Amino acid sequence: MLTDETKPADFKKSEAADYSHIKGWGIDADPENDPVYPMKNRNNAEHEGYAWKRPAQQNDNVEILKSVERPNLTAVFGTASPPEGLNGKLRRFAFKYSESSYGRWLPLVLADRVGEVEGIIDDLKKGHVPNIFAERGWGSEWKHNRTNFLLKVAAVAAVAVVAVSVLSSNKENGDNDDGL
Amino acid sequence: MLAMNFRGPFRVRADRNMPEPRIEHPEDAIVKVLRSCICGSDLHLYHGLVPDTRTGSTFGHEFIGEVVEVGPSVQKLKVGDRVMVPFNIACGKCAFCKQELYGNCHESNPMATAVGGIFGYSHTAGGFQGGQAEYARVPYADVGPTVIPDWMDPDDAVLLTDVVPTGYQAAEMAGIQKGDTVVVFGAGPIGIMAAKCAWLFGAGRVIIIDELEYRLEFAAKYAQCEAYNFHSIGDPVVFIKTQTDSLGADVCIDAVGCEAKGNMMNTLLGMKLLLQGGSTTALHWAINSVKKSGIVSIVGVYGPIDALVPIGNVVNKGITIRANQAAVKRNLPKLIEHVRNGILNPKEIITHRIPMEEVADAYHIFSRKLDGCIKTVLIPPTA
Repeated sequence: MLTDETKPADFKKSEAADYSHIKGWGIDADPENDPVYPMKNRNNAEHEGYAWKRPAQQNDNVEILKSVERPNLTAVFGTASPPEGLNGKLRRFAFKYSESSYGRWLPLVLADRVGEVEGIIDDLKKGHVPNIFAERGWGSEWKHNRTNFLLKVAAVAAVAVVAVSVLSSNKENGDNDDGL
Repeated sequence: MLAMNFRGPFRVRADRNMPEPRIEHPEDAIVKVLRSCICGSDLHLYHGLVPDTRTGSTFGHEFIGEVVEVGPSVQKLKVGDRVMVPFNIACGKCAFCKQELYGNCHESNPMATAVGGIFGYSHTAGGFQGGQAEYARVPYADVGPTVIPDWMDPDDAVLLTDVVPTGYQAAEMAGIQKGDTVVVFGAGPIGIMAAKCAWLFGAGRVIIIDELEYRLEFAAKYAQCEAYNFHSIGDPVVFIKTQTDSLGADVCIDAVGCEAKGNMMNTLLGMKLLLQGGSTTALHWAINSVKKSGIVSIVGVYGPIDALVPIGNVVNKGITIRANQAAVKRNLPKLIEHVRNGILNPKEIITHRIPMEEVADAYHIFSRKLDGCIKTVLIPPTA
């Protein structure tokens, strides 16, 4: 088994590389850059609290889920994909918890997976059969990584053949059992 | 309109029936997208690692466009302007924006207080549709969007909306002083740009570490740095110590984030079971590779829940950790000048230009690192 053992001779003093050919070397060096951004522009404006002159408020024409860690909606927000269906219920539940809680994030992960299934159902309801092959970009796999693609297809086919034969065998045995 | 439509992990489609954006706030603008990139952090969404990524979302936070409509309160932009749109949605008025912390705006994301609004980056980042579309709604149009100079190539401009500012800020937050040894973990677009920018702060030595040979070769040439594959150097932490007389690097930059390879337990907990906010392997290496009293700069994206890090070593070594979403607008003037002067040449990292209609293939190629892919730009049919 390989180890991480070292010998004293393995260590070397860091030697400065040749950077004379690098355009712009040191152009932004700043010995005063300490403490570095994002602290150096601190102006203590937040000491006034949530008191700045707020931008106009965007109308909330769709349901927006709000973090419990703030008192209001922000002045602007996105309105894409408002919560709906079972995944929407999970999201509403998740937003009862703070951002520091697993209660917030794990239900959202679950909601995302549920939303994927509901998305397929929704597609089918609209008469659209999702082209999973195209949506997964497998055409590019065929184009740029054909050997791997064929190996994967062969592996899936082999597993399918084994599964079908096992199931068929069980069924035959079951039929025989019935006959005894 | 045509737009990318997220249908679930590893499933997206180019959808011609997505609703066109409209002015929803007096400070909004609508832009016709001219270029839109796929970012490495879009892959975290694509892989299903970011909570509250809803079906029907359009990703894309790196885009440029032409203004086609403005809200009644917009003063600085006018129809016809060609603008680069920073990925942060920032009001310019809150306490954080006043400190130029444009990635931490308090008036752009009601869904979470930990992160400001970001275009096309889940409802955890505000629920905004992104720019991988023919048109996009741009809130606070007078704050973030910056008119593209006439001389600038649009391919350079689109990379100034995230990749260049984030790579630059990674180096800036690292507090690099002349002669410092800088180690960058991750040779994706951000890591490559961070390595490139480290020289601008006077780094004496820049080392980049990744597992993909083609990216390491590119990084070595583009960023003129040393490049090592972590599969061939043994334990990366020990390797860095041997390279620095056992003291450690002056600064380390985590440019990987939640999908770091190299540690089975982290991969299992952070990427397969989603029980922590991503795989923290790169951050773990950064903390343990930096010298005592060194600085670790984090621009890699992690999920919002807990994640395993060797915090005891942070304390014992007296490490300073600096991290933030890049405040794009803050550094844009300087970075535009660096592009004009030929010090930075962003568009050279673009390896793929793909029609937006083929967005599913584009994601798959980028995700699977096929065809030597480093950076992909999507071109809408209306561009």
